[in-house]
Amino acid sequence: MSSKVPEDLRFAESHEWLRIEDGIGTVGISDHAQQELTDIVFVELPEVGRQLAAGEACAVVESVKTASDIYSPASGEITAVNPDLDADPANVNTDAYGAGWFFKLKLSDESEAEKLKSPADYKAQIEG
Amino acid sequence: MSLKRTPLFTSHQQAGARIVDFGGWEMPVQYTGIVAEHKCVREAVGIFDISHMGEVRIAGAAAKTFLNHLLTNDIEKLFPGQGQYTIMCNETGGAVDDLYAYRIDAMEYLLVINASRIDEDMAWMEKQLKAFPQADQVKLENLSDQMGAVAIQGPNSAALLDQLFQGPSIAETHPDRPSELEKNELGKFLLSTDEVIVSRTGYTGEDGFEVVAANDVIVPFWEKALALGVAHGLQPIGLGARDTLRTEMCYPLYGHELDESTSPIEAGIGFFVALDKECFNGKEAMAQQKAEGPTKKLIAFKMTGKSAPPRPHYPIYAGGEKIGETTSGTLSPSLNNGVGLGFVPPEFAKADTEIEIEIRNRRFPAVTVRKPIYKKPS
Repeated sequence: MSSKVPEDLRFAESHEWLRIEDGIGTVGISDHAQQELTDIVFVELPEVGRQLAAGEACAVVESVKTASDIYSPASGEITAVNPDLDADPANVNTDAYGAGWFFKLKLSDESEAEKLKSPADYKAQIEG
Repeated sequence: MSLKRTPLFTSHQQAGARIVDFGGWEMPVQYTGIVAEHKCVREAVGIFDISHMGEVRIAGAAAKTFLNHLLTNDIEKLFPGQGQYTIMCNETGGAVDDLYAYRIDAMEYLLVINASRIDEDMAWMEKQLKAFPQADQVKLENLSDQMGAVAIQGPNSAALLDQLFQGPSIAETHPDRPSELEKNELGKFLLSTDEVIVSRTGYTGEDGFEVVAANDVIVPFWEKALALGVAHGLQPIGLGARDTLRTEMCYPLYGHELDESTSPIEAGIGFFVALDKECFNGKEAMAQQKAEGPTKKLIAFKMTGKSAPPRPHYPIYAGGEKIGETTSGTLSPSLNNGVGLGFVPPEFAKADTEIEIEIRNRRFPAVTVRKPIYKKPS
């Protein structure tokens, strides 16, 4: 099944996406990733204020059958976590790039985004 | 080592199933999603490929006596056309396997055994038969490679089975149609000209049937069931939902709630151990466990606060101390709550005991509950 890959995002090989606006990065998992997981029943998010390094395991996404680690695509300090995922983890399935966002980071180095994949490269990865 | 496939492998691929390695078999873990499939079984009807399971035929004048030594339940209770859940134990009362034993006719029995234990069960039974005085009056045949099986489970299953088989049964019980089979009864019906065994049993807690037939009948049966099943809301169901369904019912899964060092008494299924039988493997050990009380007991539990789903092999805590480990756990799709099973010392096994489950180094509150965890709304 084909999945959505928005043009304004950068992607990690491990299926996290990053949207940058005014030095703040928003992080979630891709439409492809939520399709693979199917029904998401629980999301464990990191604490606000935590310092993350790019590639660091920082969250857990659980479906009925499996728990998967989420890795931060960039370095920075967490400024916000999605308050709605507690009650509605299914938002990750229904709106992976919108209501299903995980957390926001004050980015310590915006150039890190260049090491992530472009939408075209990520598309090639998941369809390849 | 290459993985084994059932006759339905191609059918699963064509249905878009996600295939995983299950105990050496390539099996569908899900088709559309575990939650949807689970609810389909509870609300309509689902069809499961269980062809990886084993079938063993035991026949002869001494078959009954042999089986009553081998298995914990009382096989004397079975008329031809009846089956029973039973356990095959070793001398210390540990479970070699849990299984269904069916009496096909006067001197013929069919055992349906776990896929993961086929080799172990055959080795054990052959060893027991060698030491059995009337071995020359018992014929033991492993039919697992020649036979497949399919389960159809859910409130609409009887109506669908009646459409699939235009009875009557050709076995001893002679019901006119599958819906007239009592629980645990079996009949032989014809799918066009092919003989098929239909038993009224299952692993989901819903009304249902298990169909056992030769490999070359399984694919036509599956396809006919899918076609006729549309009108009944039938969907194919994977092993993921099979696990959530049986966990809600607190049915043991071999390798989790039962193993060679865990007895049916400890697993809370002593009901299927006929301790008044003359003698059978593990009788003394289990009688002692029953008299003195087992040192570990299987509990069912529900998470009582927000938490990640419990899973197998998570520590169980009470009063700040680790008291045991979970054997099964999942998010219950019917209850929308984390549920599971695990072994604890007997003093913690009463219902309504507050415990904690440790999930990724954090402890979350839970409470023990009476089994089954899921009760059908009346």
